[in-house]
Amino acid sequence: MTDPETFRAETRAWLEANCPAECRGPVESDEARVWGGRNAVFPTPAHKVWLDRMAARGWTAPEWPAEYGGGGLSREQAKVLASEMRRIQAQPPLASFGVWMLGPALLAFGTEEQKTRFLPEIVRGEIRWCQGYSEPGAGSDLASIQTRAEDKGDHWIVNGQKVWTSYADKADWIFCLVRTDPEAPKHLGISFVLFDMATKGVSTRPITLISGKSPFCETFFDDVRVEKENLVGTLNRGWDVAKHLLAHERTMIGAMGEVGGGRPLGQVATGSIGLDDEGRLDEPMLRARIAELEVDAAAFRLAMERTGDQVKAGQAHPAIASMLKYYGSELNKRRHELLMAAGGSDALEWESERSRHGAAARDWLRTKANSIEGGTSEIQLNIIAKHLLQLPGA
Amino acid sequence: MPLILTEEQTMLKEAADGFLNEHAPIAHLRKLRDSKDADGVSRDLWRAFGEMGFAGIVIPEEHGGSGLGAVEAGVMAEALGRTLTPSPFLGSGVLSATVLKGGSAEQQTAWLPRIAAGEAIVSLAVDEGPKHAPARIATAAQRSGNGFRLNGAKGFVLDGHVADALIVAARTEGGLTLFLVDPKTAGVEIERTVMVDAHNAARVTLTDVEVDADAVIGAVDGGETLLEGALNLGRACAAASLNGAGDQAFQTTLDYLRTRKQFGRLIGEFQALQHRAAHLYSEIEIARAAVMGALNALDAGREDAGLVVSVAKAKAGRVAELAVQEAVQMHGGVGMTDEFDVGLFMKRVRVLNELLGDAGFHQERMARSQGF
Repeated sequence: MTDPETFRAETRAWLEANCPAECRGPVESDEARVWGGRNAVFPTPAHKVWLDRMAARGWTAPEWPAEYGGGGLSREQAKVLASEMRRIQAQPPLASFGVWMLGPALLAFGTEEQKTRFLPEIVRGEIRWCQGYSEPGAGSDLASIQTRAEDKGDHWIVNGQKVWTSYADKADWIFCLVRTDPEAPKHLGISFVLFDMATKGVSTRPITLISGKSPFCETFFDDVRVEKENLVGTLNRGWDVAKHLLAHERTMIGAMGEVGGGRPLGQVATGSIGLDDEGRLDEPMLRARIAELEVDAAAFRLAMERTGDQVKAGQAHPAIASMLKYYGSELNKRRHELLMAAGGSDALEWESERSRHGAAARDWLRTKANSIEGGTSEIQLNIIAKHLLQLPGA
Repeated sequence: MPLILTEEQTMLKEAADGFLNEHAPIAHLRKLRDSKDADGVSRDLWRAFGEMGFAGIVIPEEHGGSGLGAVEAGVMAEALGRTLTPSPFLGSGVLSATVLKGGSAEQQTAWLPRIAAGEAIVSLAVDEGPKHAPARIATAAQRSGNGFRLNGAKGFVLDGHVADALIVAARTEGGLTLFLVDPKTAGVEIERTVMVDAHNAARVTLTDVEVDADAVIGAVDGGETLLEGALNLGRACAAASLNGAGDQAFQTTLDYLRTRKQFGRLIGEFQALQHRAAHLYSEIEIARAAVMGALNALDAGREDAGLVVSVAKAKAGRVAELAVQEAVQMHGGVGMTDEFDVGLFMKRVRVLNELLGDAGFHQERMARSQGF
C-alpha cells in the first residue's frame, strides 16, 4: 500500500488537475446535486466530466472493493481523499441512495451475481434507486408493512402501496420491503426485493410538502411482477437486510448535520447582517447561538469520524447509527433555524429570483423531515435506551 | 490518526483506572475534605504517581518522564475525573511541565525530574479576575537591576498553597513573559482558597517581588506562545476530566434507573427518563469524540489544534454540566444528600468548567476563528 503522505500528494495533484472549477464551492441547493441514473441531470456539463472522472477511479464509492468498481481504498486513505476534497471545496460527484444505502446492504447480503450486476452501475451513477419502506399504516412501526408478494413459482406478484418514497418519480429501480409470509410474526414474514420502476403496474404520485416541493411520492404496486433472482438475503428474513440498510440510512441522514446547508453559518450571517466595529457579527445574541451550534457541529463531525474508525476496528455497536441519526438531524434543524434568523426578512421570500425561489425558506422547511424520515428522533431514542443503555422494559 | 485508543493507550487507561480505584477513590477526596487536611492534597499519592509513571507522562524520558503525548495525558485526566481525585497532575504534570519544557537546560534539569518523580509541585499562575482571560493579564514585570520586579495578583492558581515553585505570567514591555518564582521570595503572599469541590487552588499576591534574569522561562516578551501551548494542552486535559466526571455521574445514574422502584416499577422503565438518558448518552459520545479529536490534533501538531481544543472544552463542559444536572434530578432527594456521590460530581464539574476558559470563552474563540 502506498504510504499516507505519498497517497496524499498524489491525490492532491490528481484532484487539482481533474476537478473542474464549476464543481468547486458549496452545493447551494438540492437541485444542484448530481443524482445520476438513466435520466441524469447535470447542473453544468463539467459536472458530468467530474462524475465520470471520479467514477473511473471508483472514488464515488471510495471504500468499496475495486472488483465491483469501487475505489478499494483503506479507511485512512478514504479520510485523506475526503480531506483533500474539502481542501479545494470539491463537490461530491454523486448523490446516491445506491452508494449510501443499497450498496452496503448488497455487499453484506447480495449474491455474487447481484453484486456484479448492480454495484458497478451504482459507482458510475448510471442507476438511480429509491427506497420502498414506509406505508400508510407502517411508519414508526415499520415491521407492520402490508404490501404483499404472492409466490407464483419463478416470480412474485406484488400488490400494495408505499409512501414517503424519496424521488420515486425520478428513480430507475426500487429496493422494497414486501410481505412474503402473512402468517408469520410481523418481523419474520418480510423479504427485501429489487425491481425496475418501469415494470408494468408501478405508478407514483408526488406529495406536495410544506416546502412546496415534492421530494417524496406515494408509490402504488398493481400486480407488479418481480423476478425471484432479485431477492436480497434470505426469504422472509428481509428485516435483517432492512435493519442493516437503515443503519446506513441513519448515518446518511445524520451526516446532513455535518455537511449542513453549504456556506458556513457565520459567513451567511455576516453577509446578511454585517460586522460591528470590532469585527464581530453585529447581532450579539445571534452570534452566541451560532457559535454554540458551530461547536456542536464540529464535535459532531469528529463523532462521525470516530464512529468510522470504530467500525473499521470492529469496536462499533450497530445501534450507534441511531445516535448519529438523532444528533445529526436535530443539529441540521437547528442550523436551518439559525440560517433563517441570519437571513431575517430576506429569507422569508418564497418566489423571487433574488431569493432563488425561496431556497432558504424551502430548505428550512425540508429539514423538519430529518427527524421523522429514517425513523423519528423518538424511535432513535428508544433504540439507544434499549440496545446501548439496556434500560429495563425499553 | 484514528480517534480511538491504541493498545498501549488502552493499557495506560486500565492502569490509571485500576490504580485510582484502589488508592484514591472518592473516599480519598472525602477523607481529605472531612478531616480538613491542611494541604487538601496527598504528597504520598503524588509520589506514587511518580512511581507509576503518571506524574511525568508528558515529560521527556531524559528528564525521568515517560515522553508520551497529549492522548496519554488525556487518558490520565479522564481517569482523575472519574474518581474526583485531588492531584497536582493537571497543574504540575501538564500545565507547568509543558511550560518548563520550553525553559533553559538548567530550569528543565532542576524541575522536570522532580515533577516526574512526584516530588515537586509547580503551579502556573495565569488568571487574575474571576474569568479566564489570558489576553488581559495585568500583572507587571519591570526591569530592575539585573532582573525584574513583579507586581500583581493572581487567582485560581492550582495547588498554589503547596507549590515548591510558581510560574507567573506577567506583562513586560513588549509582550508576555513567564517567570519561575520561589514562593518564599519576599513579597509573595499565598492564600489557600478552599473551593466548592474540595480541590485545591490559591490566590497569589506579588508585591515588589524581585527575581533574577535567569528566572525568565523562554524569551523575554516571548511567553505568549509558550503559555498558549501549555494552556491548550491543559484545556484538552480539563475537557477529558469533564468527560470522565460527566460519564461517571451518568453511569451512576443508569445504575439507579435500573434498581430504583416507584409505582411498583423500575424507574428506568419510564419513557420520560429513558429518552432523557438516551439524549445524554448521545451528548456524552459526541463530547468524547471532540476531546479525542483535540488530543489527537495536539499530538499531530496541527495548525488548527487550538480551535479543536476550544471545541472540546466548550462541548465537554456543556455536556458534563447536563450530565450532573440529570444525575441529581434523576436521583431525586438522595441526589441532594452529601452522602451520595452525585453531588460531588456536580461540584467538580462546575470547577472544571470554569478552569482554563468556560464554554463561552471557547465559543468566542470559535466565532473569531470563523470570522464572525
